[in-house]
Amino acid sequence: MTVRTAELLMGIATLLVSLGLMLNVYLDGLTIGWVEGRGPGAGMWPFWLSLGMALASLATILRWFMGATPESRSTDPYISQETIFIVGVSVVALFAFLLLMTIIGTYLALVLFMFFYVRIIGRHGWAMTTALVIGTPIFVYLLFEVALTKYLPKGWPIFEEGFLVIDNLRYEWFY
Amino acid sequence: MDIIFTSLGAGLLQAFEPLNLFMIFAGCLAGLFVGCMPGLGSVNGVAILLPITFLVPPTAAIIFLAALYYGAMYGGAISSITLGIPGASTAVATVFDGRPMAQQGKADKALMAAAVASFIGGTVSVILFTLFAPPLAAFALKFGPQEEFALMVLAFATFIGLGGDDIPKTIFSILLGLVLAAVGFDIISGQPRLIFFDMVEFQRGIGFLVLAIGIYGIGEMLWTLESTNGQIAMHKVKVTWARIKANFGDIKYYINSTWLGSFLGFFVGTLPAAGATPASLMSYGLSKTFSKDPDSYGKGNIAGVAAPEAANNAASTGSMLPMITLGIPGSPTTAILLGGMVIWGLRPGPLLFTESPDFVWGLIGSMYVANFVTVLLNIAMIPLFIRVLAMPFSILTPIIFVLCVLGVYATTDRMFDTWIMLLIGVVGYLMRKLNYPVAPAVLAIVLGPLAERSMRQSLIGSQGDVMTFFERPISLTCLILAFALMSYPLVLKYMRKRKAGAGT
Repeated sequence: MTVRTAELLMGIATLLVSLGLMLNVYLDGLTIGWVEGRGPGAGMWPFWLSLGMALASLATILRWFMGATPESRSTDPYISQETIFIVGVSVVALFAFLLLMTIIGTYLALVLFMFFYVRIIGRHGWAMTTALVIGTPIFVYLLFEVALTKYLPKGWPIFEEGFLVIDNLRYEWFY
Repeated sequence: MDIIFTSLGAGLLQAFEPLNLFMIFAGCLAGLFVGCMPGLGSVNGVAILLPITFLVPPTAAIIFLAALYYGAMYGGAISSITLGIPGASTAVATVFDGRPMAQQGKADKALMAAAVASFIGGTVSVILFTLFAPPLAAFALKFGPQEEFALMVLAFATFIGLGGDDIPKTIFSILLGLVLAAVGFDIISGQPRLIFFDMVEFQRGIGFLVLAIGIYGIGEMLWTLESTNGQIAMHKVKVTWARIKANFGDIKYYINSTWLGSFLGFFVGTLPAAGATPASLMSYGLSKTFSKDPDSYGKGNIAGVAAPEAANNAASTGSMLPMITLGIPGSPTTAILLGGMVIWGLRPGPLLFTESPDFVWGLIGSMYVANFVTVLLNIAMIPLFIRVLAMPFSILTPIIFVLCVLGVYATTDRMFDTWIMLLIGVVGYLMRKLNYPVAPAVLAIVLGPLAERSMRQSLIGSQGDVMTFFERPISLTCLILAFALMSYPLVLKYMRKRKAGAGT
């Protein structure tokens, strides 16, 4: 896909999002005008702003047809092959990390995420990989759970119960 | 004036309290690190580390983040000079002469000039800040909701008029940020709004940190991965502390450019759309214009390094002025700082000086100390930071991603927000590739609730008469200025066409 095509598609997408937002306000039955004795309705702000977004999107589409933007004249690829690989892998890895956080918990997900990025993508040696795979969860635990007292997701009950052993040890030893 | 000096004295004492001093050191170090790493910068640094600062009291937290902001401005020069890749957009102009100097074996001279100019720029700017902030805050006390709203319109207009981006896309970006800020319960009637797909998770709204970390943490890293393809190669640079120390005498060659950059940077920094990047570019341009040897610029002129570095540091302090006194951030970084202050229960604006004087003067005092600390750390640790630059992206990237995800989770306690962050990051990256500016959206999501409240309060007070915005002098002035700014690109285009027509 060229940059030119991508700009048109983005213009259409932003237009549809804007119209969707206006429809959302309408379907929720929010007043977009003046409510007698109470002032501007709850829907006024988002509705008229969304209309502005729709008009700005239309302007972008119009400028695309006129070839007024550098993007609308560019026939370069929107995302090159190398970019698709490096960016795509990062996005998929992040997606998997978030998914795994809810299933196997933050710490096991972190181990897998760091291993994937450092060893498989970065092709670093075992010493560096081991240091980061072990060091990152420990750092995260100390920073978020101990210092910030934030209980991070531990995943499904079976994983959560397994992890609670560490928490119990901490409370027995330090408190 | 006596009150200012007394308050500043108290602020300096506060800055020297052990915790605050530690936060200044930690912030400066973190800032130097994020500033020198390509792909990171003050905005990313502040966005990603903001959730961690909830460990300490608000004053210490904002002192840390403000110090990080200055540190990042200093650090940006290191990668610009040694790698030829600006750590952040604010250091782009530093590459023009910094890189040729490094190629000529004068990296140490360039780094020294950058450090000294940054220090002078930062110090001049913080003195101007101290002098201007109290009277501006006192003036802003006269503001009612009409003036507040008009001021926000002016802030958004500067993005349209001076942002230099595609105007319809800038307008879209601003409006998108304002709409995203409206998700959740209506601030006046309490009615639920924009609850997409009837998901209850949207009832709590979309926090500014989710958007900021999505755009500046995830999106920016994806952007950097693309532009560097995950690989950054550093050329051999000979820098030792002894060589750096020997370069103090060069200051006479760039002092004039440094003064120019310092004053220019402060005033440009106070404009919401401008900030440090245009300030440094303008300073570079002006320094070249006034130079006796303009042809040497771009080929390794030391003044070409000092001018933008003085300006970007001065602008970073300048951009805090409207944030503290008016509640309008001067840059994306200060927009995130402002959002953090709201989370900490502080309301930036004119009342901050009367309601939380300890906080304000502690922050101002810390600016003086942070400038000193940063220049010392910077000069002492340049050789170390050059080694840090050799850190592979395949290590830095996952660490930043993890901090982004856990930072958002720690702030909101919801996995849902981390998914939204990822979505915003990817969409922001795709939009940025098509020249949609992201900074206005971040500013808009921070100012959105304030803008809506002031507009609705004004309209309720006037029984729906929109003329209320035009009847008050300050509000009218802001709106006229906003209109002028929005018209500026059209006028410029018309004049260029006319000039081109006259030329043919």
